[in-house]
Amino acid sequence: MKILVGVKRVVDFNVRIQVKADGSGVATEGVKMSMNPFDEIAVEEALRLKEAGKAEEVIAITIGPKASQEQLRTALAMGADRAIHVETDEDVQPLTAARILKAITDKEEPKIVMLGKQAIDDDNNQTAQMLAALANWPQATFASKIDVDGDSANVTREIDAGLETLSIDLPAVISTDLRLNEPRYVKLPDIMKAKRKPIETFTIAELGIEPAAAVKVLKTSAPAARQAGIKVASVDELVAALKEKGLI
Amino acid sequence: MAKVLIIAEHDGKKLNGSTARVMTCAQGLSAESVEIAVFAAEGAAVAEQAAAISGVTKVLLIENPANEHATAAILAPQIEALASEYSHVLAPSTTFGKDLTPRIAAHLAVPQISDIMRVESPRIFDRPIYAGNAVITVEAPEGIVVGTVRTASFSEAEKTGSATIEKREINVELPSHTRFVKLETSGSADRPDLQAAAKVVSGGRGVGSTENFKVIYDLADKLGAAVGASRAAVDAGFIPNDHQVGQTGKIIAPELYMSFGISGAIQHLAGIKDAGTIVAINKDPDAPIFEIADFGLVGDLFEIIPELEKALA
Repeated sequence: MKILVGVKRVVDFNVRIQVKADGSGVATEGVKMSMNPFDEIAVEEALRLKEAGKAEEVIAITIGPKASQEQLRTALAMGADRAIHVETDEDVQPLTAARILKAITDKEEPKIVMLGKQAIDDDNNQTAQMLAALANWPQATFASKIDVDGDSANVTREIDAGLETLSIDLPAVISTDLRLNEPRYVKLPDIMKAKRKPIETFTIAELGIEPAAAVKVLKTSAPAARQAGIKVASVDELVAALKEKGLI
Repeated sequence: MAKVLIIAEHDGKKLNGSTARVMTCAQGLSAESVEIAVFAAEGAAVAEQAAAISGVTKVLLIENPANEHATAAILAPQIEALASEYSHVLAPSTTFGKDLTPRIAAHLAVPQISDIMRVESPRIFDRPIYAGNAVITVEAPEGIVVGTVRTASFSEAEKTGSATIEKREINVELPSHTRFVKLETSGSADRPDLQAAAKVVSGGRGVGSTENFKVIYDLADKLGAAVGASRAAVDAGFIPNDHQVGQTGKIIAPELYMSFGISGAIQHLAGIKDAGTIVAINKDPDAPIFEIADFGLVGDLFEIIPELEKALA
């Protein structure tokens, strides 16, 4: 079986982002870009399924500007077999992304589409669920353990109440959470090898997608900052301060 | 005028406090009606709790054995069948709502507004991006507004209402491709719920081990507090995942948040920004958590906790 795995280019998780003074967005010029960490976990899990003999081919896909190919190359260096780049300079929101992924899914017919549970830039946490809806497939979001067995899978999900296990028929969409695995480091020879792996490119128009009605961003602002507090020197001082506030 | 449908979150017996927080958000929509839908196998008790939330016009109770567990693939087609009667469909931005609502939005061919933290108008909302390090004001396009509500941004609505409860049958085909197997909880049912607690005591990597977490639990019990944790502590296996606070864990707004041995990665801080008072205890005087703590105390948590307990006794 094939696994299609989504990869998004985002501002690196270590970067402290700055809101532009004119409220037009977040400054991304000259900022380090990386693969969304949840997507790295998705790539790793797809590769592990392949290495365990449960999948034959891992295809990485990204939607974004030309530079997103860097993140596809990372996925290929990790071990993905080939990649698909849906190239656009537009801001692609989750519903449109899900429609694009649906079109690629119809073409490639993967048994599993593995996506990070959310991208750490827009924090939407929508695309996997939307793709599952459009395909009328099962979804198992926030996965922390995946056992594939023939035409079905048992997926353990990290939910507020604890760990929930679902049994789902394949094909299905799975979104990955933090503790599913620890992604491998990419070795230099693999980076060289990845340069020879194929990347197929499409435009949104070529896929015949109608972009969805979009949420309009009116302005971007910095969050309300918390007042800086004080350091206390002792437990007694702390207890006195909390008592004064009526907290203990 | 807005007609709002809220999807209740519950465990079959008890309505989750997040639902009353979504109600407070809905009050900002100048709605002519706000209805709560309870999907359950047997949901009379939950429906009664929902009917007591002030401002609720009506509670819809949809009972079906298939609704025993909150499975998105099962609930979504039923909600889609109801949705055309409403201008807004809202759920809490908990793992329940996050899993469910995008599935509905996609079928309704509308985008979703995730993590609504402020209502400016029935179509204009604030929501956080980049782990809360920026806030965007967004306008939903025409059509039904589907959204999840960031529960830490809204308090629970009062419980002085007595809305009518109407049983509904929804006859849509439900998929059999998704089956509930089991739910493992960390068995802390006698402790306050992390997302609803007024006080939270939280431990990080600095706590060091599962055994050492006992001191965190003991202090929490003395204060009547819930227990939270940083991602590092959960990753290290000190404490189960449902205690994780932060960007991808739980976003909480207790009156008092006391952190022990948590350095304060931005992802963790994103989960506690709305707390009333933040107390940080850490060995490292340069730990970023001190930048947002109201009261910081530099020191060894294993020395400070016994002192605290003595002072509280």
